[in-house]
Amino acid sequence: MHPAPSVILFTTLSGLGFGLMIFLGLGFPPVTGWVAFWFFAFAFGLSVGGLLASTFHLGHPERALKAFSQWRTSWLSREAIAAVAALVVMGIYAVGAVFMGTRITALGWISAALSLATVITTAMIYAQLKSVPRWNQIATPLHLVSVSLAGGALLAGQISAAQVLLLVAGVIQIGHWWVGDTRFAEAGQSIASATGLGRPGHVRAFEAPHTGTNYLLREMVHVVGRKHARRLRRIAFVSGYALPLCLILIPGAAHGLGGLAVVSHVVGIAVSRWLFFAQAEHVVGLYYGARG
Amino acid sequence: MTSLPTHTDRKLGLVIDLDTCVGCHACVIACKGWNTEHYGAPLSDQDAYGAAPSGTFLNRVHSYEITPEAGPAQLVHFPKSCLHCEDAPCVTVCPTGASYKRVEDGIVLVNEADCIGCGLCAWACPYGAREMDLTARVMKKCTLCIDRIYNENLPEQDRMPACVRTCPSGARHFGDLGDPDSDVSQLVASRGGFDLMPDLGTRPVNKYLPPRPKDQWDDTDILAPFLEPVAQTPQGFLGWLDRALERL
Ligand code: SF4
Ligand code: SF4
Ligand code: SF4
Repeated sequence: MHPAPSVILFTTLSGLGFGLMIFLGLGFPPVTGWVAFWFFAFAFGLSVGGLLASTFHLGHPERALKAFSQWRTSWLSREAIAAVAALVVMGIYAVGAVFMGTRITALGWISAALSLATVITTAMIYAQLKSVPRWNQIATPLHLVSVSLAGGALLAGQISAAQVLLLVAGVIQIGHWWVGDTRFAEAGQSIASATGLGRPGHVRAFEAPHTGTNYLLREMVHVVGRKHARRLRRIAFVSGYALPLCLILIPGAAHGLGGLAVVSHVVGIAVSRWLFFAQAEHVVGLYYGARG
Repeated sequence: MTSLPTHTDRKLGLVIDLDTCVGCHACVIACKGWNTEHYGAPLSDQDAYGAAPSGTFLNRVHSYEITPEAGPAQLVHFPKSCLHCEDAPCVTVCPTGASYKRVEDGIVLVNEADCIGCGLCAWACPYGAREMDLTARVMKKCTLCIDRIYNENLPEQDRMPACVRTCPSGARHFGDLGDPDSDVSQLVASRGGFDLMPDLGTRPVNKYLPPRPKDQWDDTDILAPFLEPVAQTPQGFLGWLDRALERL
């Protein structure tokens, strides 16, 4: 799949932002006043920034309101609703904490739940697609949720939670890669099943429909950069999980090290997200002789 | 509404005969010609006369080569457009309700005024049947020429999809695949029509007819034995000439 920068930015930033909101909503740390202001500002900046970035890849962002209507069937619609609900409830909770010095616990819990729901719905947009076997696995929501929680804990300064969550997220990341590498073969689609021509013999794509490229090839048959996948995976794993974990394991870790851990984590996750798209193969590639 | 109907009154669709399609691409051009000036936004091209032309098409013809265990390879031309699936994943993922499946005839359509151009439906379609138009920035797909098949302003013989009307080899058939007695259903039954990627559970309405088995090398020509070269090495005068020339 084409790794569109706006989508990578959106899923990375908003995942982090909603992860932070989950912790703020639960009262970790139990901040009020100015400290709360900065925490909430940061969380809103990330999540709203991410959502705005995601509208850049829409053909008609001016019609975005229509996307709230189809929650019965569409994970994308559910995501839109969950995200706005989380932001609104969290906004009220934040006003209480920042300006009135009181944290309304129930509101906090609701906004944490809505934030978690947002991350899950985002993950399900990818996990539901049978046409992209690498994404169509249970580890996809686990991966995206665990990354969001680990990043949120890191940003919220919940060191002991972050230690456990980074470890868990790292293990799930490896599992997602591991399972993902064989998902396409397991899904069982081939040029023979795509064309139905396998019975007489071996099928090979002979000629593409057009001399030039097209939307399908650009959007779904992205191959550029896959050859660096191994190296990028190592970078993503070390920078996104291992290094931040080591940094916060240093006893009495200072704020500076914590900041470094956050930066390293975000860079690593962005690389991981790039791979998430670039390595995902769509079955339509079969019609064009991919995996021929 | 992006909930799929539990039942459609009819199942209009295409039956494409891979045995007779000659890969002329006339259906591609007829489709583009009709649909660029009727239902919805035009089908735009980018850099049409430049070095890297590309554009929006609702029907594309691939070509595949089949190499059997024995005998010569076979070339199959393979037109592909929306299959108007009964369990259309492209419809249920749409966040706006722009994508829908009609109860009356099962046609899958995009209401372009509601489409936000998110592209998720094109991701969800396993067959590559949806393309985002880069100029209009909305999703385009085969409408089964909805503005022809019910169009009373057209002469009766033109009330079928443009691709079917134009196909010079009779490789494309249009009809109600929900009615077991219709011509298209009969054709599918008699020729062993099949679904593309049936395991994905999309239940396509469009069906493909397999290429018929081809003749084998050994029974290609009953006259062949009579056409054996009469003499492998020339005899008599010709033999002498052959040897003499070789010696020169
Ligand atoms: S072929 Fe693709 S676009 Fe057409 S109905 Fe099926 S899934 Fe949807
Ligand atoms: S591109 Fe348009 S039709 Fe397709 S899912 Fe998005 S809004 Fe629906
Ligand atoms: S017009 Fe008919 S013969 Fe020509 S490519 Fe299309 S289906 Fe095949």
